[in-house]
Amino acid sequence: MTTQANNSDLHFASVRELQSKFNNREISSTEVTKATLNRIAKLEPRLNAFITVTPENAIRDAQQADERLLGTGQEPTALTGVPVMVKDNFSTKDVLTTAASNILKGYIPPYDGTVVSLLKQAGAVILGKGNLDEFAMGSSNETSAFGPVHNPWDTQRVPGGSSGGASAAVSAGQCFMAFGSDTGGSIRQPAAFCGVVGMKPTYGLVSRFGLLAFGSSLDQIGPLTRTVADCSDALNIISSHDHRDSTSVKAPFTDFGRELHMGVDQMNIGVPREYLVEGIEPGIRSAFEASLETLESLGANISETSLPLTDHALAVYYIIAPSEASANLSRYDGVKYGLGSLNANTSAEATQSARGEGFGDEVKRRILLGTYALSAGYYDAFYKKAQQVRTLIRREFTDSFLKFDALVTPTSPNVAFKIGEKINDPFQMYMNDVCTIPVNIAGLPSISVPGGMSEGLPVGLQFIGPQFGDTTVIRVAAAYQRATNWHKNHPLI
Amino acid sequence: MKPLTKHDVEHIAKLAYIKLSEKETDELGTQLSNILSHFDSLSSVETEGIEATGHTTDSNTVMRSDHPEQPLDQNDVLRNAPDRDGEFVRVRPVLE
Repeated sequence: MTTQANNSDLHFASVRELQSKFNNREISSTEVTKATLNRIAKLEPRLNAFITVTPENAIRDAQQADERLLGTGQEPTALTGVPVMVKDNFSTKDVLTTAASNILKGYIPPYDGTVVSLLKQAGAVILGKGNLDEFAMGSSNETSAFGPVHNPWDTQRVPGGSSGGASAAVSAGQCFMAFGSDTGGSIRQPAAFCGVVGMKPTYGLVSRFGLLAFGSSLDQIGPLTRTVADCSDALNIISSHDHRDSTSVKAPFTDFGRELHMGVDQMNIGVPREYLVEGIEPGIRSAFEASLETLESLGANISETSLPLTDHALAVYYIIAPSEASANLSRYDGVKYGLGSLNANTSAEATQSARGEGFGDEVKRRILLGTYALSAGYYDAFYKKAQQVRTLIRREFTDSFLKFDALVTPTSPNVAFKIGEKINDPFQMYMNDVCTIPVNIAGLPSISVPGGMSEGLPVGLQFIGPQFGDTTVIRVAAAYQRATNWHKNHPLI
Repeated sequence: MKPLTKHDVEHIAKLAYIKLSEKETDELGTQLSNILSHFDSLSSVETEGIEATGHTTDSNTVMRSDHPEQPLDQNDVLRNAPDRDGEFVRVRPVLE
């Protein structure tokens, strides 16, 4: 069991603090990379946050970054020399990529995804690949074929999911920043459980090319960081229009941190009452109420509002996401890569065996759910109906943002739960994401920041903005973070 | 919504090309029926004449210019195939 503590140790520095250490020549990227690799090696037996660590690549990239930082190479960026992790559903050239599934056993991609390319161009040092729920399907990181990740605040508990390796690693000082994917809360909920910042940008702002697809209309890549400022710096690097992703937008790409210091005075912030769900833990509720008081003290106008369709969001999500997953995961046929079945009599049997052996329980459950929802006779009742309600949920948000600059909610109705506590009840597990899912359905930007403690565990506070209101979400979260110290707590591990 | 029968689960698994054990078939029948029962509430939402949302960027068919790009190296692509013969991927017999 760990307790909260303020720790100014190098491993818990923000990326901006690390950059100032680079600028003052206090430490080099090579030195900090080696120190971080040592910390990874020391903590992995207890956390299991990485599926693959790539020390040689990291040290090579750090040495190149040092040249850049010394002014002998390309102009450095906000991430040059910074040791980061990417979730293991990001395609990485010549580095094992598994999505935490046995069906991708031994898969070595021939290409980098766009975000990985952008990180490399920026001079970030990739330490390795983060553990996750299999194919990002889960809220606890327990469905990984590589074993569960442990929460650094209490290793008996889950780190959240699906980006559980990413949130645990940032929280424990195994990296300075991590990149995850969020289909229904998979960046924000683990960020909340581990006491770090996690952002899901507006859908289409960050290329999904090279992200192993789960729910294509919902998936979005985003950063997990220690501060909101680091988050906006990361977003500046990874957002881009990409012709390889046909849903990538040509939105005006701006400095996402340009409103970082503007504060929330006179901003209208709505509190949708449906997010304070029945069964919300008392510690979450009291932390949330205290956060509202903080925002009010900063000059924000806080008022209650109602988004009645929120109650249907979970059903919409659990029809649309598995339907898209059942189509996306049809590519894993055991022929081109991954687990094959060489003894079968026919091609069909080989594929059925490879998929039967290669996919875990939760992935099978969702593929079957999606296959059912899309099958003859059920398409209109499930899939089409869910897409129509999706339209209504979007409208409800759009109307709400005529009145409010941003919405604020708890990130999750509960703190990190014990490993094994919910894994046998799929629907209870799905309820974890009740506050994060509506955002993906509507494609909105949203951020979770550390917003209190309950029973010694971190509590997340979620801000939601209008489509392309990413700078607003960052502005509000930054103002809250300047007024609080929750993000300075680190687990004693 | 009536619960899924064993036959239903077997049918869906066949459509999805997933071989299930007896035990998995039984468990999934119960679990999927439970999950599906939570979807009934959607029928209470009035959606007459409402357009379906496929994704949220509102872009239609996106075209790109027809310029060839450098393709991936064939050997790099084929190195992951479980069963390979030179520049071919070998599969089990397609016809029974």
